[in-house]
Amino acid sequence: MSARESVAARWIRAALAVFLKDWRSELRTRYAMSALVMFVVTTISIILFSLGGEGASPEVLAGMLWVVIFFAAMSGLSRTFVMEEERGTGMTLQLMTPSGAVFAGKLLFNLALGAGLTLLTVVLYALFINGFVVRTLSIFLVTIALGSIGLAAASTIIAAIIARANTKGTLYPVLSFPILLPLLMTVINATRLAADGAPFSEAAGEFQVLISYIVVVITVSTMLFDYIWKD
Amino acid sequence: MILRVLLGILLTLVIVAALGLPIVQQPQHWYEFPSIPGLEEKARIIFFHVPTAWLSVVAFLTSMVFGIRYLRRKDPEDDLTSASAAGLGLLFCVLATVTGAVWAKFNWGSFWNWDPRETSIFVLLLIYGAYFSLRSAVEVEEKRATLSSVYSILAAVTVPFFIFIMPRIMTGLHPGAAGDPDGAGPVIEFKMSPNMRVVFFSSLISFTLLFIWLLSLRVRTARLEYHLQSKG
Repeated sequence: MSARESVAARWIRAALAVFLKDWRSELRTRYAMSALVMFVVTTISIILFSLGGEGASPEVLAGMLWVVIFFAAMSGLSRTFVMEEERGTGMTLQLMTPSGAVFAGKLLFNLALGAGLTLLTVVLYALFINGFVVRTLSIFLVTIALGSIGLAAASTIIAAIIARANTKGTLYPVLSFPILLPLLMTVINATRLAADGAPFSEAAGEFQVLISYIVVVITVSTMLFDYIWKD
Repeated sequence: MILRVLLGILLTLVIVAALGLPIVQQPQHWYEFPSIPGLEEKARIIFFHVPTAWLSVVAFLTSMVFGIRYLRRKDPEDDLTSASAAGLGLLFCVLATVTGAVWAKFNWGSFWNWDPRETSIFVLLLIYGAYFSLRSAVEVEEKRATLSSVYSILAAVTVPFFIFIMPRIMTGLHPGAAGDPDGAGPVIEFKMSPNMRVVFFSSLISFTLLFIWLLSLRVRTARLEYHLQSKG
């Protein structure tokens, strides 16, 4: 019993260590963070320019919010695994850490990054885009939370796939988009509901889809990660 | 050889029956199809469009199943089959999209309406595209086989939502969508006379056989190419 416990404890410690390693190296280089911040600022200012002072309907703006989040995630969340390939540290990590723990650590890191990204986008969006109103705050908050979790979950496994391919940067959105589409369509619907001021119960169906999406993607990713990661 | 000839005869019969049998207001004979108000001659699309759409999904699932087999056994043969099935799936997916779009122009007024089923075939096209761009981006054979298998499995678990659930729960133009007065369900359950049903199912079966034959051809050529490359 104690042996099994210690295995589990070691696994969790390894996952946390991977997460902390990525977190520290991110704080030192600020590569992903600065890219994400600049990306969000650029995209929002382009939206502002293209609107040119004219308002758009809250429904359109609700969809645009997720356009910004999707493309920002595409620019920043692939770093986790590409980084290991570029620095040549992947092999050591493979030897030192069980692959499940590596995936959990990377997922945690992407979750943190994704949460920061959505938070930043939402704050900037709410500050600068006129006409973006949220009438049902509860729907909006749950959608943002579930949406960023789902986004991070799907983009982590795709990042692991493209880290092994030749054309990393361009391939990432190509591979991610079809996988993320169910998520994006659902969050856009839910955000529209929030903008329209629908009661919380009306978005229950969307939340069920989001939760099952997250569960399915994380389960399948943990099952398949071994094949991608091990040489 | 004999099977190929039989398949050829079957397909010819299906095509002749689907295109040639008259559509009349009051069917008197066994060979006359009833006319459906609003569709008339345009109803014939169902004999070709539905089988191609069906095959694009079947090919996708075949590709996934052989992807799983590859991950289990690491046999390059399975990867060849998986990739060949995906290639055929892309072909049938394009055919279903094009036939559907041309038909929609004449029946619904525009080539593309973002009806839920149109969205789902679009997503399927994107997945096939992504699958092949992934394959072309990885040079090491084993790595390519593993990664594309993983991707097709990943796509297969997220996409059924589009192909099977969404077209039924959302309102749309295709039969079987929510709010259809004839009931939300597969199209073949209603409005189709028995003789149309026979032609429809023969078409479905013969197209599936055609898929199996094309798949075996492609796998054989891919196998030869594989052995030539590993020798040279």
